[in-house]
Amino acid sequence: MQRPVEDLLTDYNIMDPDFVKDPFTKFDHIRESQCPIAHTERWGGSWMPTRYEDVVAMAQEFEIFTSRGILVMPPAPGWDEGPYASVAAPPITSDPPEHHWHRRLILPIFSPQSVAKYEQGTKDLCNSLIDEFIDKGVADAAGDYAQHIPVRVIATMLGVPLEMEEEFTSWVRGVLEQGMTDPELRAASSRKIISFFAEQLADRRKNPREGDFISELTQAEVEGQKVPDHYILGVCNLMLVAGVDTTWSAIGSTLWHFAQHPEHRQQLRDNPHLWPTALEELLRVYAPVTMARIVDRDTEFQGCPMKAGDRVLMTFPAANRDPRQFENPDVVKLDREHNRHVAFGSGIHRCAGSNLARLELRVALQTWLERIPEYSLVDPTAVTWAGGQVRGPRRCLVKF
Amino acid sequence: MRVTINEESCHGHQMCAIAAPEIFGSDDLGNAVLLIEGDIPTDLQGKARRAEANCPERAILITE
Repeated sequence: MQRPVEDLLTDYNIMDPDFVKDPFTKFDHIRESQCPIAHTERWGGSWMPTRYEDVVAMAQEFEIFTSRGILVMPPAPGWDEGPYASVAAPPITSDPPEHHWHRRLILPIFSPQSVAKYEQGTKDLCNSLIDEFIDKGVADAAGDYAQHIPVRVIATMLGVPLEMEEEFTSWVRGVLEQGMTDPELRAASSRKIISFFAEQLADRRKNPREGDFISELTQAEVEGQKVPDHYILGVCNLMLVAGVDTTWSAIGSTLWHFAQHPEHRQQLRDNPHLWPTALEELLRVYAPVTMARIVDRDTEFQGCPMKAGDRVLMTFPAANRDPRQFENPDVVKLDREHNRHVAFGSGIHRCAGSNLARLELRVALQTWLERIPEYSLVDPTAVTWAGGQVRGPRRCLVKF
Repeated sequence: MRVTINEESCHGHQMCAIAAPEIFGSDDLGNAVLLIEGDIPTDLQGKARRAEANCPERAILITE
């Protein structure tokens, strides 16, 4: 049982069930207070900026707010020991100058041109998932549908067995969900992920093959040098951990939204040209990801005395609801014209997989709405949410 | 109307290409590239302004 929160400004708890269910009124409270950058001692201590301007400014200051740690909870003791201690999750955990080549190696596979080749496979996957439940008249939009899409797309890119989907998902949840409050589980899940990729990498070194990203990395060179194993393992770790829970959450939240807003489903049927703008608006409102940063050296930011080693939440979902930046920020306006949202972050650590995430979100939603144009929540109070640093529905029963 | 992209500031969000695909594209890293040299035709100027208003890095400059 967690101790009740007394004052959000000095004692917020991102893992509190009430915060997970509705973080937005808490963000509003902090943002409009005298102290829009809150602080807590919980979970190892952290700072939480809530204004768009502050979140973006901190994301830009990558030398002070470094990405050596991207989860807000401190790691388990002994995390930096063992054979895989040097494996991180580059480039998101990299600082310049290494960040530059770390990022250059993976960006080309995630460009809009490159990810287009996954569109048809994603559509076929979505259709096959819908085939499983369309005759039942009821489905879990999160557990029967959204959950299965990104993990299979990422497994395909990496060239790892799709049959292991359940294990991949449980490892990722072990890092980002249950692992948020259980450092031992988080460390164990990370070790499983990295050991698995170490086996995959060894196998490719022994039996070279082509056409998947792990194989490509074994052949890639940077300034005449082969790419080190700990970097390849780190990238694979990142692709799985960052590519599964996040996009699944965005798909789930958006299906939850459409279940309650028939007028928005109708608006898109009548105006299909609005889709690109609508997706950006849904990403703004339901941004699933809150990254973290570690303060490099003692610094004062907006009057807050931050010490070297302090952790800072990059609360992109709070920034995206700041009325100073967005008119009527809590209203979903599918044709919103001005939308500098930061669902994918800001600055040098902009989500490398954003173009793939957009493709998955679009195809998942369009395929669902084509096949199931009319649907609603079975029981709005029964929807369960995961929260912390990745927020989205985990059980969302709908009827049609 | 002319459009320029500040390459230092652009981090490849692609929100300009989503707002104005006739004007902005992507290089192999996903960073923005201009597809139109010189003046932006009148019928695309609204889209150019929208692209500017959707860039989270404020990397697009419009001069008229």
